[in-house]
Amino acid sequence: MIPALAQNPAARIPRMPDGKPNFNGIWQTMNTANWDLQTHGPAMAPVVAMGAQAATPPGLGVIEGSEIPYLPAAAKIKEENYSKRLALDPETKCYLPGVPRATYMPYPFQILQSAQAFMIAYEYAGAARNINMGKPKEPPTDSWMGWSNGHWEGDTLVVDVIGLNDQTWFDRAGDFHSDSLHVVERYTPINADTIQYEATIEDPKTFSRPWKIGMPLYRHLEKNLQLMEFKCVELTEELLYGHLRKEPRK
Amino acid sequence: MSYRSIAIASVLALAAAGAIAQTPAKAWAPARTSDGQPDLQGTWTNATLTPFQRPPEFAGKEFFTEQEEAAFEKTRLQQNDVESGDDSKRGPADLARRAYNGAWFDRGSHGVNTRRTSLVVDPPDGRVPAMTPEGKKKFDEAHMNFAAHPADGPENRPLSERCILFPNAGPPMLPEPYNNNYQIVQSPGFVTIMAEMVHDVRVVPLDGRPHLPSSIRQWKGDSRGRWEGKTLVIDTINFAYNDKSRFGVVYDGITDQNLHVTERFTRTGPNTIIYRATVDDPTIYSKPWTIETSLSKRQEPIYEYACHEGNYGMFGILSGERAQEKTAASKPR
Repeated sequence: MIPALAQNPAARIPRMPDGKPNFNGIWQTMNTANWDLQTHGPAMAPVVAMGAQAATPPGLGVIEGSEIPYLPAAAKIKEENYSKRLALDPETKCYLPGVPRATYMPYPFQILQSAQAFMIAYEYAGAARNINMGKPKEPPTDSWMGWSNGHWEGDTLVVDVIGLNDQTWFDRAGDFHSDSLHVVERYTPINADTIQYEATIEDPKTFSRPWKIGMPLYRHLEKNLQLMEFKCVELTEELLYGHLRKEPRK
Repeated sequence: MSYRSIAIASVLALAAAGAIAQTPAKAWAPARTSDGQPDLQGTWTNATLTPFQRPPEFAGKEFFTEQEEAAFEKTRLQQNDVESGDDSKRGPADLARRAYNGAWFDRGSHGVNTRRTSLVVDPPDGRVPAMTPEGKKKFDEAHMNFAAHPADGPENRPLSERCILFPNAGPPMLPEPYNNNYQIVQSPGFVTIMAEMVHDVRVVPLDGRPHLPSSIRQWKGDSRGRWEGKTLVIDTINFAYNDKSRFGVVYDGITDQNLHVTERFTRTGPNTIIYRATVDDPTIYSKPWTIETSLSKRQEPIYEYACHEGNYGMFGILSGERAQEKTAASKPR
């Protein structure tokens, strides 16, 4: 006989004392969205010497309806971005990833949730977000990770992200946006170890209509796992400042 | 909330305390989280006018009286004010300080609320203890290296200029000239401290798990926490080493790979956490030493400080140095 709990995954969702879903844990996606949100085949590494190590892995897209509805002028910029992606992708320089890209960077992130607070710490670049669960507030100005106002709709955490600057990309394929970007994220628990993540992307300067991506977030189950310090800043100093050294690095 | 309104609020709070002083005092007890920990959550600042080490003029004086503190704060605020007053009495160095004027700084308008005369509380003289011979050697080498190679490459610059680590994040968490803001979150099994500088998040496990292997070195080290009564105690080891100070503008002393920092957070009131950190680095310092600051509650959320993304300073420093070298080389001998 199958235990009743196994038949009803919702009953196994961990909950906070106030009954809201408990998202505490270390999570990560398992897809190739950071390489390209759209369905893509494998591609050669942008640096020949990197061979298969930095080749683009093939993957099915994460976009509902498969296409990003670029306005014509924006579609041209995306193509240019793609052709210069190694130089132009902010990830190359260890810049903060923005939202939603932070979610599907190929690194873990930790949700720190209490009765008063909801914080997300990402391993990549030590990026972090504070989800304001109180009265929605306006951001003082634009920022890389934006300004997140959250609320619950049943078991779904809905995060309205505004105040994003125009400096981040969605992936390594040159998919981009303007500073009119507005992202609405939805985190819905589907069992104890999986969250369904959705992000609706709206930017009338870049896209002809809002579009949506979706993917599961998987809980890391490794014992004693912790986010490691991945301050990639120091790993990009040679790239950014190497030409200004007194003597070239040997 | 502005500092002025904070000051007014504290005056009102003191008046209220005076009014109820007739009734037997009931010890303030912090609220508890759902899993029973004293609640440290919220946004906090450790901005302070209190000097890091005790200035010679206060030798032998561990605490200010109320009047002495007021006079000291007034003097400090005047010293920090680079804008008002008579410019004819200011030298070029004073005027240059206006590159960062009062709008930048976040030193608060008060000393620590224990009325101590220095952040260093142990040794009792309020001064960092002597370095060991090995520590002194490393310290002198670091200074000579910096003097000889101020900007050969980014590695010659302090960690903060490289946007790698600010002393605000620590540990130990020390006030710097600006953005001395923190947020603490207590989720089941963890205490997380986010420093606004530079979005540095320290997620501290409380479950007694072992430290990372000693081969893994991190700029913020590797932290493990536990509760001792009402006090959160965090031990941090496995620090990355370079020959620059972890203590920022307040103190240019170095530490090495043997650094062990023990921090103690005790909430003593609705708006106060007393923070103590002991710096134990036996290769550099002849004995451990301890600093104490007070964290004051703030109402505003902290904001993103994206340092690396806007680090034009590093381009300026390195290209300026190269330009100077070029000028020097082209001068007739």
